[in-house]
Amino acid sequence: MVRNLFWRFIIVLLSTLAGIFYLVPSITDNIPSWWHEKIDKIHLGLDLQGGMHLITEVQTDKAIENTLNQYVQTLEEVLDEEKIPFIEITLRKEQTIAVELLDKSTNEKFEEVMKKNFPALTSLQPETGESFYRPIFALDKNEIRTVKDSTVKQALETIRNRIDQFGVTEPNIQRQGEDRILIQLPGLNDPARAKRLLKQTAMLEFKLVNDEDNLQNALEGRVPPDSEILYEENVDKETGIVTGRHPLLLKKRTLLTGDMLVDAQPQIDSAQFNRPYVSIKFNAKGAKIFKTVTTNNVGKRLAIVLDNVVRSAPVIREPIGGGRAQIEGSFTLEEAKDLAIVLRAGSLPAPIKILEERTVGPSLGRDSIDQGIRATVVGSLLVLLFMFIYYKLSGLIANIALALNMVLIFAVLAAFEAALTLPGIAGIVLTLGMAVDANVLIFERIREELRAGKTTWAAVDAGYAKAFSAIFDSNLTTVLVAAILFQFGTGPVKGFAVTLCVGIMASFFTAIFVTRVVFDYFVLVKKVKSVSI
Amino acid sequence: MEFFRIKTNIDFIGKKNYAFAFSGILILITIISLIMHKGPRYGVDFAGGISVRVKFSQPVTAAEIKSGIQTLNLPNCTVQEFIEKGQHEFQIQSSTENLDIENIQASLSQALSKKFGEGRFEVRKVETVGAKVGKDLQKKGLWAVIISWGMILIYVGFRFKHFSFGVGGIAALVHDVLVTVGAFSLTNREIDLTIVAALLTIVGFSINDTIVIYDRVRENRRKTPSALLPEIINQSINETLSRTIITTGTLLLAVIALLLFGGGVIHNFAFAMLVGCISGTYSTLYVASPVVIFWEEKIRGKKKRRY
Repeated sequence: MVRNLFWRFIIVLLSTLAGIFYLVPSITDNIPSWWHEKIDKIHLGLDLQGGMHLITEVQTDKAIENTLNQYVQTLEEVLDEEKIPFIEITLRKEQTIAVELLDKSTNEKFEEVMKKNFPALTSLQPETGESFYRPIFALDKNEIRTVKDSTVKQALETIRNRIDQFGVTEPNIQRQGEDRILIQLPGLNDPARAKRLLKQTAMLEFKLVNDEDNLQNALEGRVPPDSEILYEENVDKETGIVTGRHPLLLKKRTLLTGDMLVDAQPQIDSAQFNRPYVSIKFNAKGAKIFKTVTTNNVGKRLAIVLDNVVRSAPVIREPIGGGRAQIEGSFTLEEAKDLAIVLRAGSLPAPIKILEERTVGPSLGRDSIDQGIRATVVGSLLVLLFMFIYYKLSGLIANIALALNMVLIFAVLAAFEAALTLPGIAGIVLTLGMAVDANVLIFERIREELRAGKTTWAAVDAGYAKAFSAIFDSNLTTVLVAAILFQFGTGPVKGFAVTLCVGIMASFFTAIFVTRVVFDYFVLVKKVKSVSI
Repeated sequence: MEFFRIKTNIDFIGKKNYAFAFSGILILITIISLIMHKGPRYGVDFAGGISVRVKFSQPVTAAEIKSGIQTLNLPNCTVQEFIEKGQHEFQIQSSTENLDIENIQASLSQALSKKFGEGRFEVRKVETVGAKVGKDLQKKGLWAVIISWGMILIYVGFRFKHFSFGVGGIAALVHDVLVTVGAFSLTNREIDLTIVAALLTIVGFSINDTIVIYDRVRENRRKTPSALLPEIINQSINETLSRTIITTGTLLLAVIALLLFGGGVIHNFAFAMLVGCISGTYSTLYVASPVVIFWEEKIRGKKKRRY
């Protein structure tokens, strides 16, 4: 028994040292650098550190719509090539494509062409009538799933890129479920700017201005088939409200897009009152197209369209071979910087909607930490004091175990890089109250056994043995409950579940194993005649 | 020091009918309160909407704030001052329905700037939750509580090999959750995710208590197999009484520390724990055990036979 005691003591010593080892970096900076490198400070949750937590939803339906739009365009080209005449191809609200063929006799050839070129489109019941035959198509279910999935993946990438460039330490960006993305930005100073940066779709397109057809006619409804009307907006700096829009008639065809960019930088035009602008550089393919377009259209205007709003439409004065261009507008320097960021990071494949936001300012975070520490200290003192008064020296032993329990909780948090949240601190305080329960069970049992007349050692032994099953069951149920909480909770509540769970499991070790070692030492080694309990 | 030096022999079980009545009244009050308030008062977590915590650099009243944001027409708008009086901190809250949750923050800041001047206040915390997400969380919270009941029913039944023990345990847990929710409804406090966490912790704590007594019952049954169930239970409760009171006591010490020093969010949580803690102990003595007896006697007809 004594031999055994030695090894048990070693276990207690080692775990105490390990606990302290993991805990120290969080308390002080006065330690050699290798220590700091191995072990981080305890991670604080957003509610203690300050920062922004967003849950966004990728509007994958929009992506499906875009895909179908592309199919419509491609279909028009293919039918032209295959010389199958059609009246029109329309995209319907229910996400189906209706093709109105000119001549019924081309049906067979049409079906062949569809099967060969568009395997992802499944045909639904066609609409027939006296004079018309309209096959209807929808996207195959697997294709829909694939498109939605890749849209979310791409959105995730783009968001990551943007945040990387925004410069936040330790951001957390994760996919949640099918189409949601969780974004956590600790220590964020300007949440409004971050949200703008994230939400902007940033689809950049270059289109030629149509100066041949009449703008007035188009505004009255007679838009030429190859053109569209987009607006240039004037925005009031202060309020962000659009104060004026004037329409431009543009050729629909997109000549260049944002994904052909290889760089974008904010610049200041010293020649023009230090006005900020964004200079962009195309990749090789884009540069070539740009050269061709500018060569063939000297004197015409090229519209730079961002998210379907015309930013500027400068006149092409000469062919531009270097693949560089400028986006001008009434930017502030910060806006120019942000625009450059989103252009570099790429455009979002579909719009994202913010479903949930929780932002905590750093001052509240600091206050919460202070309050948390105060509550923990007071709670600990009350419990420790009580144990000492009620159980005397045995209470002191239980208190040592409690102290070790706390050290272990923090050490485990630090080791697993789990975040400490405000409810997590509450969990630690609760653990104090609950961990003590194990010792109360044991001590009450020991008292009972002593009253029944057992010898000191026998009473201690019986106390531990008989209390064990109750301690085990009650600890297990608490861990079960904590596990359920972890599963169903978000952020701060998860932090609570973690500290509760870790605390109870650690208490199992400290309240039973550690205190037993101390008791055994006094009873077996020091051969005390009676326990102070 | 010892509170219970003399072996107590209180007849707990004898009073079980009074206890049933008392619990019945508590639950009735809870239900009435819930009906009157049209359900529990949900925080933004569950109802969806926006909750903003603002600190002002000079004394203001809730009424002034409310009039300042009048023009925004926020549905179900409430303005409450934070408990730490003298800090000039308020919580402005509104539920979603017509809210454009993405732009509401800016409008709110603007309105406050207009009324009180720029830089006179600091937005310390913002929570906006879309209605869809709110409903999701409601479901999750409810499921979490129900699943915890279920798992414990299975576990207790398995460990103690008598279905009645499980039923008794669950009855105590349901009682505790209802009473806590009722207390919140009566005092018009908000129920959000942290409160659900408190409810589950209460479930964990309450079942601990109950298990300790069941464990003793199991032990005593082995020692005196010929005794009748109510007597064994009474004896077990008396034997573990000191432990029950002390454990509740130490947990209460921790909860009081949280209540007084935890601040804001933690305050409500601590209140829930306070109610739940007391209810948990009470339910162990006066709900779980009587239900076990009831189940064994009436449902399984083992009144006169030995248990």
